[in-house]
Amino acid sequence: MKLNLVWLQSGGCGGCTMSLLCSDARDLFGQLRDASIEVLWHPALSEQTGFEAIEMLQACAEGEMPLDILCIEGALLRGPRGTGRFHMMSGTGKPMTEWVSRLAARARHTLAIGSCAAYGGITAAGTNPTDACGLQYDGTLRGGLLGGDYRSAGGLPVINVAGCPTHPGWVTDTLLSLALGGFDEKDLDPVGRPRLYADQLVHHGCARNEYYEFKASAEKPSDLGCLMENMGCKGTQAHADCNVRPWNGVGSCTKGGYACISCTEPGFEEPGHPFARTPKIAGIPIGLPSDMPKAWFVALAALSKSATPRRVRENATADHLVVTPAVRKTGLK
Amino acid sequence: MTRLVVGPFNRVEGDLEVTLDIAGGAVRAARVNSPMFRGFEQILQGKDPFDALVFAPRICGICSVSQSSAAAAALATAMGITPPPNGRLAANLVLANENLADHFAHFYLFFMPDFAREAYRGRPWFELAQARFKAVAGSAMRDALPARMEFLQIMGFLAGKWPHTLSIQPGGSAQAVQASERIRLLSLLRQFRAWLERTLFGDALEAVAAIGSAAELDAWRDARPAGHGDFRLFLEIARDLELHRLGRATDCFISYGNYLLEEGRFFSAGVWDGAVQAVDPQAISEDISHAWMGGAQAVQHPSAGTTLPDADKAGAYTWCKAPRWNGRVAEAGALARQVVHGHPLIRDLVSQSGGNVANRVIARLLELALVVPAMEQWVQGFRIGEPWCHHGAMPDAARGVGMIESARGALGHWLDVRHGRIHGYQIIAPTTWNFSPRDGAGVPGPLEQALVGTPVEDGDKAPVAVQHVVRSFDPCMVCTVH
Repeated sequence: MKLNLVWLQSGGCGGCTMSLLCSDARDLFGQLRDASIEVLWHPALSEQTGFEAIEMLQACAEGEMPLDILCIEGALLRGPRGTGRFHMMSGTGKPMTEWVSRLAARARHTLAIGSCAAYGGITAAGTNPTDACGLQYDGTLRGGLLGGDYRSAGGLPVINVAGCPTHPGWVTDTLLSLALGGFDEKDLDPVGRPRLYADQLVHHGCARNEYYEFKASAEKPSDLGCLMENMGCKGTQAHADCNVRPWNGVGSCTKGGYACISCTEPGFEEPGHPFARTPKIAGIPIGLPSDMPKAWFVALAALSKSATPRRVRENATADHLVVTPAVRKTGLK
Repeated sequence: MTRLVVGPFNRVEGDLEVTLDIAGGAVRAARVNSPMFRGFEQILQGKDPFDALVFAPRICGICSVSQSSAAAAALATAMGITPPPNGRLAANLVLANENLADHFAHFYLFFMPDFAREAYRGRPWFELAQARFKAVAGSAMRDALPARMEFLQIMGFLAGKWPHTLSIQPGGSAQAVQASERIRLLSLLRQFRAWLERTLFGDALEAVAAIGSAAELDAWRDARPAGHGDFRLFLEIARDLELHRLGRATDCFISYGNYLLEEGRFFSAGVWDGAVQAVDPQAISEDISHAWMGGAQAVQHPSAGTTLPDADKAGAYTWCKAPRWNGRVAEAGALARQVVHGHPLIRDLVSQSGGNVANRVIARLLELALVVPAMEQWVQGFRIGEPWCHHGAMPDAARGVGMIESARGALGHWLDVRHGRIHGYQIIAPTTWNFSPRDGAGVPGPLEQALVGTPVEDGDKAPVAVQHVVRSFDPCMVCTVH
């Protein structure tokens, strides 16, 4: 059976679409077609423009055309004063929030693509001048445009493919899982993210792992050491498989020289401290690794710091290996 | 006179609505509406200055690195630091990677699919264009998308990911490239070069870059059979449809210059209106007369600018402010960059037919041929073992300006730090220039001018010539208003 997919963009940057187009599938749209997913309309890709697109959206909103998968990218802008006029969908004279609500009422599955559509994200930062929210969350609180109790026609709440941007693999794997059937609520984590990527921590597979083990920390941009103690890294708490499923072939934030800012988490946009500086109390980072008792972390950190090999300590604050691993002549055992 | 509202305008980045007054088979007046406001300039107020490196790229997913680069440059001037040579080269490479990937995506994904529309059935080139460029289904989707994806793997090495990296720092690059990675970067560049030479140009990049006049370009086209490369096909379509007569705007071009080298900028800065003059940053202003923006002054230099949304303002029709240079309308983009820098082909084309649909597209593709060889040089210029990033502190009170060229043209950030926090942050993006509304004197922006005279048949609700003109600017609507 064919699955019609409609993709709309609102209060975001379009970066999740750009990220999707970096998919390592050699033929992204062929892959979707093979899974019976028919892209009815995507604002960056489709031929239909203006009235052709409006007629198609109208038919979906009226239930005249089946809408199996609704993908929303970008936050929903409720302002000013609840009018939605910060984003009027062009050519229609109607707020985008109204279009999204009408379409979500028909959709079999509703997907929030990226952290803006899921939780409000970057667009909701600061004073949140546009009263931005996610489809089913307003930051960390359930609610948002569609309300906390919303269920799509297929029975699921909004599927939050969160990330800023989201990873192309998270989107395609979620879509292909839906097409395959059997994707249900147990496949979502407590904030609605597909567990296929959210059951991992960014820390898993981090290439700076040895520096982390010995608490050999970077002190400034371009240092090779662990980014947790000083540089704001939340990789040990953030849910995503970024260091197992690489970005752009080989990359990740921590491989790129900078902190994980936990962009898949609700409310990441307002961490309460400068992003690139780790908040500490009495020299100890406030944010501890997930599932780790504080006393043990402090004890282990002190122990591992005292055991740091010279190689690891010196490389941690350099931008290239100043000490390379020893080559032993006795063979490895 | 009939009025036509065209929207949603897809295959541009973000949402766009164009209102056309039509009479006698042509557009008589156009009003461009950027219908979405997010308020980044307000969001940034009160933040730690370095947080701009997190927020600025997220203004736009397609110009993400450009926004990072402008933010880093603004912070660097406020801190009084400059990057070391490695940091400069890494930043150039990341920016060039994005800019070229954007030119490439514009051509294959956004612009060319309009020539595969049924409206063109019967044209001698139609079958070729349809097989190659049909939206989603054309053969270009299957080979251009993977080529772009692999080219953007440069980001994996230099920036961690794309979009939205934090590798670009005021003092250089947070990513220190290791010796083994340099070779892999060169391999990725060679692979992209080979794709361009085989599929887009059917010729060596250096040969394309050396085309020195409109006559030489015609000869280059005529020396090749139809279907020999996608550029050749575009040139044939452009000749048949006379795209050089479509979409002429102001013929005043602005470029901030791009890619910092030891000896200056790889592409030079300037304003061109028949001759080059220097860009005086003080001569830039933003006019809010027709924007849904309040404020005491209608015209302000961006260093004193404000962003106060007012959805009920009378006479306004867009969220976009109107940037002006010395009070004049100016066009930004690859065409502006190359006419300012003085590429002989582009100077000749502009002197013959001005800024128009054909010339904008030719300038973009020419940049692919000009910049990939430079990227190869920059990678070879890396000195492993030398620093990638300089470090410094942000003063409690400082001002900074970052002016760079994104794919779409002149991008400026104006930063005002007080008490160690961001007090003011103003952004003028290239599409703010190009899709600006009328100013206080009623002078329309570049696209509004370019659309006047565009043919529209009676009753045509999605006139294809209008699509060509709009998309020839490669607009980025999320940057425009931010």
